[in-house]
Amino acid sequence: MMRLLKYVLRDISRGRWVLLYFLFFFAITEGLLFFTAGEAKTIVGLMNVVFLLIPLASIMFGTLHLHNSRDFIELILTQPVRRSTVFFSLYLGVSLPFVCSFLLGVGIPALIHAAAFSPAIITLLLTGAALTFVFTSIAFYVGIVINDKAAGMGLAFILWLFFTVIYDGALLAITVMFQDYPMEQPTIAMVLLNPIDLARIAVMLTVDYAALMGYTGAVIQKFFGSGLGLMLSVTSLLLWIAIPFGIGLKSFNNKDW
Amino acid sequence: MIVIDHLTKRFGKQTVLNNVSLEFRPGTVTAVIGPNGSGKSTLMKCILGLVKPTEGSVVINGRNALTDVRCHADVGYMAQIARYPDNLRASEVIDMVKGLRERTADVSDTLINAFDLKPHLNKPMRTLSGGTRQKVGAIIALMFSPHSLLLDEPTAGLDPVASQQMKDQIEAAKSRGASVIITSHIVAEIEELADRAVFLHEGMVIHEGSVSSVREQLEVLR
Repeated sequence: MMRLLKYVLRDISRGRWVLLYFLFFFAITEGLLFFTAGEAKTIVGLMNVVFLLIPLASIMFGTLHLHNSRDFIELILTQPVRRSTVFFSLYLGVSLPFVCSFLLGVGIPALIHAAAFSPAIITLLLTGAALTFVFTSIAFYVGIVINDKAAGMGLAFILWLFFTVIYDGALLAITVMFQDYPMEQPTIAMVLLNPIDLARIAVMLTVDYAALMGYTGAVIQKFFGSGLGLMLSVTSLLLWIAIPFGIGLKSFNNKDW
Repeated sequence: MIVIDHLTKRFGKQTVLNNVSLEFRPGTVTAVIGPNGSGKSTLMKCILGLVKPTEGSVVINGRNALTDVRCHADVGYMAQIARYPDNLRASEVIDMVKGLRERTADVSDTLINAFDLKPHLNKPMRTLSGGTRQKVGAIIALMFSPHSLLLDEPTAGLDPVASQQMKDQIEAAKSRGASVIITSHIVAEIEELADRAVFLHEGMVIHEGSVSSVREQLEVLR
């Protein structure tokens, strides 16, 4: 796998998008740390940008890259290499440079200002990296299943919109509609089904902002702060990487190119 | 030697290849011809393992091409349109394929000189012209002196000098006993290069034989 991965990494890392991605995160983190008083405010400000941009960049770039690489993928598949090896190499080759750009873009300014990583920053870095893998998995599935580039990009954008805006809107609407009923358990279940909400709550818990969300916030804090909650949220995030990846791999293995 | 046995490929309700059985013998250049949509590309892709047939089998040098990727180690393929990762250099693309084949004993240096690719080796692929990218494709297909060579419109996009070089390479491959399969719409090229021709129409083999016999058959069909 390393024989192919090496060249995919080289190709992606030399592209301007990875550098722009790093510079954006570096500038936004440095700016927030410089102008915002208090780590909690900085983290929440950063979180709002990170959890919108990482899913968008990962899903759009992943889908676009897979479509643009079709002829190259065909060439590779005519070599004595297993399809699963090609898929793994492409997936890691696309996701790893973006994960590194994000980690360095946020991590370097954080280290400059604080000399050490706080639990909140570590959680933000880990969840941001996990979201890159999640949305690259989804992007690869879309790129494989949808042959038309414009349709693939359109679906990728709709999926991003769903996870970042529509899902939260629906969650809010359901909570309001059923406000007379105990909604704590269903809310937790719904949060587990959206990787961005999971990541957001993980970061919120590290800065104690959940206390401002009233009773529901307390219930969420109690659940996700517990050992079981932590295990469930980590498992859920890993499943969000593994399931689209697994379905994508199966589609890749069976695809007629 | 490539043996195709009762190969059928359906995309939904559409049958693109219908019960095709063919043999591509060593030391022979076979032209696969037919109108657009006749199944030429699908046939090539089935041999290369890019398209999975609905029924039938493809055997390359004794190995089942549908289940054993190792058979690709002795197959060279040149696509009609060559696109490579934008930020890799031509030399890196060639090295990458060598790495994937786990082979170093090849004739890439000879081919680089023959196709005059040396001045472009260190340039990113995105800066190369279509014709130069085709030359990279030709080198990748030929550099391991494979026993099976599949060329999809091999001279399309090449300048006259490179085009003649490609024809010379096809002749050389034939002389050393390779099974060469080409697709082309240029009749003169087929007559110049091919020993036999297979005429496909609506996914079926309409005629198989010498190039002149296929030409006669075409004139009857008109």
